[in-house]
Amino acid sequence: MTGFVEHLPILTIVIPLFSAFTILVAGWFNKKSCIFIFWLTLTAQFIMSFIILRRVLIHGPIHYWLGGWKPPWGIELVVDSLNAYILIILLFLSLACAIYSKSNIEHELPGKRVSFYTLFQLLIAGLCGVTLTGDIFNMFVFIEIFSISAYALIAARGKIALKASFTYLILGSIGTCFFILGIGCLYSVTGSLNIHDLSLLLPPFYGNKVVKAAFVFFIVGLSIKMALFPFHTWLPDAHAFAPAEISAMLSGIMIEISTYAFIRVSFSVFTLEFLKLLPVFDILCWVAVAAILMGSVMAITQVNLKRMLAYSSVANMGYIMLAVGISLSAVESPWGGLNPALMHIANHALMKGCLFLAAGAFIYKANLWHITEFRGLARKMPYTCAAFVLAAISMIGIPPSAGFVSKLYIILASIEIKNYFFVAVLLISSLLNLVYFWRVIETMYMKHEEGGHSSHGSHGMREEIPLGMLIPILLLSSLCIVMGIVWLGKIPIPILDQVNLMFGLGKVP
Amino acid sequence: MTEWLISEIFAKYNYWISILLMLIGFYAVITKENLVKKIIGLNIFQTAIFLFYISLGVVKKGTAPIVSDETILKGYQYVNPLPHVLILTAIVVAVATTAVALSLIIRLYEEYGTIEESEILEAIKKEGR
Repeated sequence: MTGFVEHLPILTIVIPLFSAFTILVAGWFNKKSCIFIFWLTLTAQFIMSFIILRRVLIHGPIHYWLGGWKPPWGIELVVDSLNAYILIILLFLSLACAIYSKSNIEHELPGKRVSFYTLFQLLIAGLCGVTLTGDIFNMFVFIEIFSISAYALIAARGKIALKASFTYLILGSIGTCFFILGIGCLYSVTGSLNIHDLSLLLPPFYGNKVVKAAFVFFIVGLSIKMALFPFHTWLPDAHAFAPAEISAMLSGIMIEISTYAFIRVSFSVFTLEFLKLLPVFDILCWVAVAAILMGSVMAITQVNLKRMLAYSSVANMGYIMLAVGISLSAVESPWGGLNPALMHIANHALMKGCLFLAAGAFIYKANLWHITEFRGLARKMPYTCAAFVLAAISMIGIPPSAGFVSKLYIILASIEIKNYFFVAVLLISSLLNLVYFWRVIETMYMKHEEGGHSSHGSHGMREEIPLGMLIPILLLSSLCIVMGIVWLGKIPIPILDQVNLMFGLGKVP
Repeated sequence: MTEWLISEIFAKYNYWISILLMLIGFYAVITKENLVKKIIGLNIFQTAIFLFYISLGVVKKGTAPIVSDETILKGYQYVNPLPHVLILTAIVVAVATTAVALSLIIRLYEEYGTIEESEILEAIKKEGR
């Protein structure tokens, strides 16, 4: 049995790759079969990710040598508690989006179903690859795999989405180019590409200019990929005009995977001593603060719901990066080290996933894009609207929701390092969140549809979306609250403490 | 001054060339209106990085890293083959990106009848949303 578990990391990457081709071939014969192959693969992956997590928590990290080549020469897959944790979030959200996509894609892209699922499957394979790999060049290749599938998926709707996708393609390619340049600099100094090997070889060169330049290249490249504030310009359009499940994936997990790559590069490749040499993380905190304020203010000015949510993503990347930035100084147990950052990655995936899927549901049913058109929507689609409100509550940070807990922990960590400005910023941004979400909720619940023209069906009639779309939305929204209670109960904290222990962060009891 | 020139510029000319190419590509990506020219700029940018990698692997008087009895007997030096392999992968990735970009441009042209960025943006603005 243990021998089988050792092989699961590679299977998690290879099975979706095979499945992508199977979907393409099966699609020629029977278009309906695609979705079932897709579901089956994802369910299998999801179960595997739990087995991997269990194995990692009990027996420590899994090292898988591809082709049996020893690590400094061969490619290695390493799964520790950080990867396993991210993998579960990634596959859970993918599964929710996959269930949702059945009715939505039949409606939105009826002729493109086969290619859509092929690309979606490749996207997930790429994301899993980035998460599991222990080789930095391999990470670049997987980043490109998921990016290229994402470019195509964003463009799926045509028209304005094409331009959005093109902008993302240009910026994303430049981002990965910087990433590969950073790898080149590290390779020229150490002659190695394995992450663990690099962390052993690098310490004598910490003063070296090339190593410092490499770190800056990594930061710039990954900042573009994760849409950190000054590099966020591709994000609003790409998120707003992609199909709903792709928006949810983009916002809920893709930019988080780039954050994961950043955490991996800065803590596993460069280690803590290097980060303490340079004031990079202090600067990062201030950039993140700018992102939080900018994102929230821009979100208030939007009229298009999905664009508003996209700007809210920019603000939320600010939260995550702020939490990463203060992780070096905060040590007290529940909120020390990377805990708040990793927590917010999970919570943001749930909340944004739910919000984007709900926004997609409004478009599916009545082609509603603008917030002003949502009058009286709560009567027509009570469940979807309720789910939207629950997720919005979580975004604002009302206890006991998931968003509340991660914000609370970031605030407690800021208090611990005695930076009250960050506390103020977080509180202000919560208020701004309230402003822009309240606007939507008010239109949905308080304002009634103007009498006379009811072009979207008869007045007051229930027009709920199909069950296949409703279930993932309700599941995600209830999890927004449930996870808050779970976090408050500190149930998953041991996983995060293991991550901190691995990177030498925080103070583990 | 001349010493500095020799040690910093001429001795490390390969890096300067790749940086120069990188900046040319970056300039094209930022300033060009024509979408195809943007992609050409992006390709120049990527190629600059490929050249940087290849020049890392060079060994003076090294030959192609093909190991046979003859080369072992004569004691040849080899260039480092690993950057070549890495760049082979990166070239494939770059080609895929370019292919996606070009197909997007074709679709944009079908949709808006132009590949000038400002004209497309104007058309989008007229459409609303």
